[in-house]
Amino acid sequence: MTHIPLAQQLLDTCAALLLLLSFAMLSQRRVVTLVNLYAAQGAVLAAATLLLAWRTGEDHLYVSAALTIALKVLFLPWLLHRLIRRLEVYWDTEPLLNVSGNMLVGLVIVVFAFSLAQPITLLASTATRGAIGIAVSVVLLAFLMMITRRKAMSQVVGFLSMENGVFFGAMSASYGMPMVVELGVALDVLVAVLVMGVFFFQIRERFDSLDLHHLETLKEHE
Amino acid sequence: MITTLPPLLTGCVALLCAWVLVGLAGLLRPGSVRFAGRTLFTLGAVLGLGLAVLAGASLLSGGTERLILPLGLPNLPVHLRLDPLSSLFLFLLGASSFGISVFAGGYFRQGEGTLPGLLCLQYHLFLASMGGVLLANDAYGFLVAWEVMTLSSYFLVTTQHRIPEIRRAGFLYLLMAHVGALCLLLCFGVLQGGSWLFTFHAMRAAHLSPGWAAVAFLLALIGFGAKAGLVPLHVWLPDAHPAAPSPVSALMSGVMLKTAVYGMLRVGLDLLGRPLWWWGLAPLILGLLTIFYGVVFAAVQTDMKRLLAYSSIENMGLVFAGIGLTIVFAGSGMPAVAALALLATLYHCLNHSFMKSLLFLGTGSVLHATGERNLGRLGGLIHRMPWVAWLTLIGTLAIAGLPPLNGFVSEWLLLQSFLFAGQLPHAFVNLLIPMGMALVVLGAALAGYVMVKFYGIIFLGQPRETSLAHAHDCGRLERIGLLWLALGCLALGLFPLQVVHALGAVTGQLVGAAVPQASAHWWLLAPVPGRSVSYGPLVFLTATAAVVLLTVFVVRLIYRQRVRRGPAWDCGFGAATARMQDTAEGFGQPIRHLFQPFFEIERELPEPADRTPRYRIAIRERIWRLAYEPLARAVGRLANAAARIQQGRISVYLLYSFVTLLVLLAVALIS
Repeated sequence: MTHIPLAQQLLDTCAALLLLLSFAMLSQRRVVTLVNLYAAQGAVLAAATLLLAWRTGEDHLYVSAALTIALKVLFLPWLLHRLIRRLEVYWDTEPLLNVSGNMLVGLVIVVFAFSLAQPITLLASTATRGAIGIAVSVVLLAFLMMITRRKAMSQVVGFLSMENGVFFGAMSASYGMPMVVELGVALDVLVAVLVMGVFFFQIRERFDSLDLHHLETLKEHE
Repeated sequence: MITTLPPLLTGCVALLCAWVLVGLAGLLRPGSVRFAGRTLFTLGAVLGLGLAVLAGASLLSGGTERLILPLGLPNLPVHLRLDPLSSLFLFLLGASSFGISVFAGGYFRQGEGTLPGLLCLQYHLFLASMGGVLLANDAYGFLVAWEVMTLSSYFLVTTQHRIPEIRRAGFLYLLMAHVGALCLLLCFGVLQGGSWLFTFHAMRAAHLSPGWAAVAFLLALIGFGAKAGLVPLHVWLPDAHPAAPSPVSALMSGVMLKTAVYGMLRVGLDLLGRPLWWWGLAPLILGLLTIFYGVVFAAVQTDMKRLLAYSSIENMGLVFAGIGLTIVFAGSGMPAVAALALLATLYHCLNHSFMKSLLFLGTGSVLHATGERNLGRLGGLIHRMPWVAWLTLIGTLAIAGLPPLNGFVSEWLLLQSFLFAGQLPHAFVNLLIPMGMALVVLGAALAGYVMVKFYGIIFLGQPRETSLAHAHDCGRLERIGLLWLALGCLALGLFPLQVVHALGAVTGQLVGAAVPQASAHWWLLAPVPGRSVSYGPLVFLTATAAVVLLTVFVVRLIYRQRVRRGPAWDCGFGAATARMQDTAEGFGQPIRHLFQPFFEIERELPEPADRTPRYRIAIRERIWRLAYEPLARAVGRLANAAARIQQGRISVYLLYSFVTLLVLLAVALIS
């Protein structure tokens, strides 16, 4: 049996945790817990980034880990919690597809993602190449979550989780994106959340609810 | 690397930039007619004159200059080139715009929709972008300038944007212009031929298979044809040209349509290299159709500017027929005859630019003086507005194709080149093309009819309305503008040999042959080798003038002291009023009757006992019902079908993206 270095094992653990958290989010209906799970995902991502930085000695990864902690573990969850309290949306209603159905679709997607990542894994030369399949899974699972939820708040968390997946994918495939791109993406996410926050208030003011099926009346075609 | 700048091209570019600056200066005091209207437009006119001088010098030298400006996107500099073809059209732009701008300086008044300062910006941007189209030497620069030209002219057309019909005309124009621009985009996409280099130089070097080359040619024909008003893509033109203020109508009809001709020549005869002869049949047939269609509709119009717009369609038909003929001859290995046809085409562009601008400006003056565009309410203005009337007469005679004015020369040359079609080495075609010539002649004759109607009803006879008694002649700046264009018509008509000589460089560039000068005399045009046809306009003018003077002299001599003025014979009816003169509708009636299948006529006839009888007749183009309305319905149905995917549910929209993503990933996985 080949010897796997400790750092590598830890990284793989982190990757597995990310996937596990994604599934947890998919099944979770309490919005507060959803945000907490998102924060946890951010923390795992930051830990993975730190490990990788230590292992490869790429300095900019430290910066990106710090950025992840500041933005995804602390600021965004705080912001979302505040929004939840002010809008009083603690629960999402029943998703469009029930939880077990969701999980089954999720499993199919993970299998698809891993088979998709295989050729890339063979090409990549990074230490974390096994994690690419997980990154793609995280992205697709977050997408699935956005599709199946009814409340705008859960969809935003899904959107943010998707960004986590993209970030992790970039890290696994090529030790992170260039610093400029990373900063830009972080800023984008921040702005997107702020804009969505404004939208929440507007939607609630208009429809007295954050349930998105009210938006269906906005379509033109009968 | 700094080399010496090409002097003429740099000068032209500087003048175009100066036009933009003059336009921007209009924003300094946007509400002031005196500053933005009078001063800046006159300044712009002087720049136009400068452009004409530089372009004329370049045309006479026959040289080619290139320049690369490091502007725009990275690694995508603007390539410019001044060769004989672009020099000719730049000359046309500069010379016509001088007259039009001077006129515009006196024309714009307060309170006509858009503010004068803004109008000044749009106008000069329009001029500069037309210059940009003519100078561009790569597809990016060309299309950017082309679109700026479209947009600025759109805003100029909708100057009086508070009138719903004008907004509608503007929208139609924008729509057709976009369809055309899309075709041009695709055309350049084909022309690059896999090299992905979009300079014209690379396109000349690209070797296209005959099929793709034909596709590119067809796309160019649709794209430029839409701009030039070729039937059936002409529908925007009779709405948009009359909607614009008159100097803008003049600019659009006189100059902008010619940029489409320039583009067609550039793509068809330059970028595509040696064209195949049968390509030429498409512009030839469309052109002949356009001539006939345009002139028939011009004959039945009652709005003077619409009449001129249809006449523009007819003239563009002549030009495109000329282009088609050029390509047929050039592709059949007859360069000398091709040069003759091309010469006629280019000459007609120059002529039309001057005479149509002159006529549109004349209608502008009439419109200002009377507030009327309807021919049925005008009449007898030659007494009130002698300057406008006499100068417009020159344009009218020119466009009717009467010697010794310029319209005759180009039509004569075109007919001469038609006569060579019998020598074509293709069966049937050599018999059919001469029949097209009959259509050209019919068009010329009907154009004469149209112009008699246009001039006779506006300026001759008795005023049909009492308000016409207050009509005033145009101001000084307007006079200068009209005079310049009228002199242009005269000069182009009286010195054809010099013009033909100057155009030799262009025909040499495009078809590799110049029209030979068989005559040794500077006053005699004999462009056809081996045939003893010649035309000496100065001789004609001298002879005509001599005969007229002699007649006047003899009449004076014989009837001296025996002339008395009396009332015109009124057929014994006694109570004839000005309302009983022949109307525009009446004048067009024979044509309406003869060519009934072309029109969709809506008539409102009064009852015999009606105390206040009203007679109304509205003429629409059949093409709306036959082609455009079904097309619009089909698009509407398609759009409704597409609207079904709009569910209003975010989940469904996300599902669309999700499924698309999965499918794309699966495709990537499989391949």
